[in-house]
Amino acid sequence: MKNWLMGIAAVGAMLLGTTVAEAGRDLDQIKQRGTLRCGVQGPSNPGFGVPNAQGVWEGFNAEICRSVAITIFNDPTKVEFVPVTTQSRFPALTNGEVDILSNNTTWTLTRDTGVNRFNFPAIVFYDGQAVMVPRRLNVTTAKQLNGATVCVQPGTTTELNLADFFRQNNITFRPVVIEALDELRRAYDQGRCDVFTNDFAALAAQRTLLTNPRDHVILPERISKEPLGPTIRQGDEELTNIVAWTVFALIDAEEFGITKANVDQFAATNTDPRVRRLLGVEPGMGAAIGAANENWARTIIKAYGNYGEIFDRWLGPSTPLGLERGQNNIWTKGGLLYAPPAR
Amino acid sequence: MTDRPFESRPQPAVPFWNDPAKRGIVLQFGLATFLLFVIWTAWTNMLDNMSARGLVFGWDYLSRPANFAIGESLIPFSAQDTYGRALAVGIINTIRIAVVGIFVTTILGIALGVMRLSSNPLLARLVSGYIEVVRNTPLLLQLFLWYAIINSLPGPRQAVHFGPGMYLSNRGMKVPWVEWSPALWPMIWALVAGIIGTIIASHMLARRREATGGAPPLLPIAAGLILGLPFLASAAQGFPATLSIPVLQGFNFSGGIELSPEFAALLAGLVLYTAAFVAEIVRGGIQSVFKGQWEAARSLGLSSGQLMRLVILPQALRVIIPPLTSQYLNLTKNSSLAVAIGYPDLVHISNTTMNQTGRAVEAILVFASIYLTISLLTSAFMNWYNARVAIMER
Repeated sequence: MKNWLMGIAAVGAMLLGTTVAEAGRDLDQIKQRGTLRCGVQGPSNPGFGVPNAQGVWEGFNAEICRSVAITIFNDPTKVEFVPVTTQSRFPALTNGEVDILSNNTTWTLTRDTGVNRFNFPAIVFYDGQAVMVPRRLNVTTAKQLNGATVCVQPGTTTELNLADFFRQNNITFRPVVIEALDELRRAYDQGRCDVFTNDFAALAAQRTLLTNPRDHVILPERISKEPLGPTIRQGDEELTNIVAWTVFALIDAEEFGITKANVDQFAATNTDPRVRRLLGVEPGMGAAIGAANENWARTIIKAYGNYGEIFDRWLGPSTPLGLERGQNNIWTKGGLLYAPPAR
Repeated sequence: MTDRPFESRPQPAVPFWNDPAKRGIVLQFGLATFLLFVIWTAWTNMLDNMSARGLVFGWDYLSRPANFAIGESLIPFSAQDTYGRALAVGIINTIRIAVVGIFVTTILGIALGVMRLSSNPLLARLVSGYIEVVRNTPLLLQLFLWYAIINSLPGPRQAVHFGPGMYLSNRGMKVPWVEWSPALWPMIWALVAGIIGTIIASHMLARRREATGGAPPLLPIAAGLILGLPFLASAAQGFPATLSIPVLQGFNFSGGIELSPEFAALLAGLVLYTAAFVAEIVRGGIQSVFKGQWEAARSLGLSSGQLMRLVILPQALRVIIPPLTSQYLNLTKNSSLAVAIGYPDLVHISNTTMNQTGRAVEAILVFASIYLTISLLTSAFMNWYNARVAIMER
């Protein structure tokens, strides 16, 4: 009886309820609630976001959300992880079920504007779409894939790039489109498709879950640009600042050589004013971005290290994914990561 | 005690709240106003909530290019076509699975229902075991099972070759098929003419049987019309049809006609699941026929096939049709589970569309109203059929 009434109430609230839009509303809501709701990709994205044996979310994307929580609350545990699929992520963000997506969402024009109206405060991973094929097919370039059957997730940029790529090269393909990544990977593993396509990093993650990962090869070409980053709703400048500067702090820290191990020493002895401002030794930056306190960057680095440490721990050569830094190295080492100065 | 004659007095005016007719009008009007108010409130609130999130309601997206590909389609579709055409592909795919599914389910369900009542205990127990297992496990799970089974068939290069030009692999079943050309139109018209001719012939024969008690059997006439006419039409043109035979080319077979793994898994799942329910409905219907009817039919010397076909099933149908209609509707709506195994049905295409365009409200309105239309049409047809087979009470 109670459930029944609650059901009616929920439907009623949906149809009759109203919302009020105002600047800073998202951050205010997050602070009022006391937790950051972070949308992560379902339970199958090794390296980026997976719950560990205790059910605690771990991985590259999870630590980005925890870092944001440190900036807002000075507490990495004040994050509520909400698994979303490629299909459910945008409605979940639009309707406020999550405050931030940290699930390898690609920054595109139509997502940034148009009916979606999202914001991409910073890029945390430079990726490109790749294709994986069984080694025994002896395929060396994606252009040999005429007539192939391709496993792809719906509602992704991947699905669109795929159609563009085959059209551009005047070759045909047949898509097998399944939303659940686990189910899609199983179809590929069983041989339903000749090709599995996704962003390179996600594909590398999926490869680790195949029956025989070594029997599959990811072809060298990248058929698209996929800048991935945390995604929030448009219209809250304060939250945008917090997310952007949390990411920038991780990148700046790597540039200065600040690590998990030496961050306290840096704070105590380093005389570089840029370092002192970033770590809150010279106060002002934390207040400027609306952080919980001036030590926000120091707390994050002490918990997870700089960008490079987070990358190496979850995605780097010593992990099952075995990704090289490549474009995701800082600019001083030939990569694309470049953060504005904290001053 | 004296009889008082009725006096003709002026009737006292009945207040309108005591007049059932007027009260009815007021209540109906009140209810209609309330419903309109609820709909209006829901609609304006939806628009308010949408604009609060920066969304605008509109259908312009339907004419924009979709830019995604669809795995199987009965009408030509490429990534440059519009979202509107993609939606049409989804609708056709949904109708295709519903029509084929309902057809096969009906045959299988009736067969299972009759077998369940068989006097052979092994057969009856086997069927009842099947029904209990299938009815009591989730359909989604069964779909995954069928999809996994079909996907574990050998790859196209090791395909099972089960007849001339017929292959079975994890890319589906491929069989030879007539290659389409406009020269086939006369044959199609001849086929249509043959079917219409057969219907007319069956009516004429039925009338003759009623009048004289005897008539030639329908089967040879029907065969002559339905097979003979297209054959003659084709022969007159010098047999223009060419057969397209599947051959392994590159990654996959080309040519022929295909039954895709997704369609096959969805069909198997839906049919085997729904047929279990239909079997129980058929069993209930048969058992509702009075015992005397069986005995009467047997004493007339009817064979068990005739008994079932001429006496029992016609009477059982009255009980069977209404719940059977619900099962047809269930099958149609359950076909939306196609999303899970990648068959591009209406919901699948709508999901992709709403994700690529952000038009969630519009896409859901579209697919909800299409399911509603399909369901209402199905019930309307089944109600018409039910009225036809219902017992005529005079």
